[in-house]
Amino acid sequence: MNRVMERDGVVSEQVHVLAVDDSLVDRKVIERLLKISACKVTVVDSGISALQLLGLDEQRTTSESDDFVGLKVDLIITDYCMPGMTGYDLLKKIKGSSTFREIPVVIMSSENILPRIDRCLEEGAKDFIVKPVKLSDVKRLKNYMSTATREVSAAAGGFGGGGGGGGGINKRKLSDTSTVDDMSSSPPSISPSITPSSSSSPSDSSSPSPSPLSSPIRALDSPIRRLKMSSAD
Amino acid sequence: MEVGHQVGQMQRQWLDYTRSLFIELQDDNNPDFVVEVVSLFFQDSHKLLNDLTIALDQKSVDFKKIDAHVHQLKGSSSSIGAQRVKNCCIAFRNFCEEQNTDACLKCLHQVKQECCLVKNKLETLFRLEQQIMAAGGSIPMMELSF
Repeated sequence: MNRVMERDGVVSEQVHVLAVDDSLVDRKVIERLLKISACKVTVVDSGISALQLLGLDEQRTTSESDDFVGLKVDLIITDYCMPGMTGYDLLKKIKGSSTFREIPVVIMSSENILPRIDRCLEEGAKDFIVKPVKLSDVKRLKNYMSTATREVSAAAGGFGGGGGGGGGINKRKLSDTSTVDDMSSSPPSISPSITPSSSSSPSDSSSPSPSPLSSPIRALDSPIRRLKMSSAD
Repeated sequence: MEVGHQVGQMQRQWLDYTRSLFIELQDDNNPDFVVEVVSLFFQDSHKLLNDLTIALDQKSVDFKKIDAHVHQLKGSSSSIGAQRVKNCCIAFRNFCEEQNTDACLKCLHQVKQECCLVKNKLETLFRLEQQIMAAGGSIPMMELSF
């Protein structure tokens, strides 16, 4: 891990993120986003590889039983839809491990499916990012990492950072984006007709969807925010 | 500078596709980042489009497989901000669900066209940028306003 010397002589670690995505393009983008955000990055293309790196794969039950030194990471960010082991499966494996359950896990998905988001958060995911991932999403993640690192190093290691999925939502500051939300550019998979001549199709979002061809550039960040917004309707 | 103006214009158009890819992800230390990512996209999509063509040509069409391919293409096009390609993919997936081969074929054709369009625009943009660099100028950076 890289050490960064701060001004008052305090040495802090550069946060290390493990990114998991089966898409070549997305791996490249997430790696760049993380590096811009001053994170050390390890990228893999599958959940299995991630588990192997951590030392949590099928061959081992615990990383303390042998000399294998697993990768030390401060956050895991994973795609949801992957062949073989999904991001959700990976999440469960990590949260099911006494050694690794404290590592915050963030799920990414191109699909904005509320039951899916709920399920992930219930299973202990810190956040759920709807793709395409933006720099502002990654910047937000740093909050989880610094909190986790501080808490883990302060405590004797028994407590999870941030108190699990539910706690993470409450702690997180809402971003200040306020324009038309992401639903218009990533409609749920049930919504049809994308041809330009179509009128807005009814959807369960609170705002009408304009033609996707003219959708605004800025999108609402997290579906968590959308959940909060819709509950206020 | 005339070429600079053209590049500015192209960049503005391209913003319709790429959100803030250029600004956010590319800087002086990584000037080739966008080229790299976009090249990866075209490699990826080239293979996917081939696979889709073959899959739709089968006597017994495997819609699940096709859906998986289109899902992938949708994801990567979304990541590079190729909105129109992505939107085609969404429609494509709906027709997969309906198991409508003809409609899928039409979608495939449309997706291929949209990918071509993106490629052409990008190539033009990169060529212009190179011209500017070669002429010793600098590429005007866009100021984003949402």
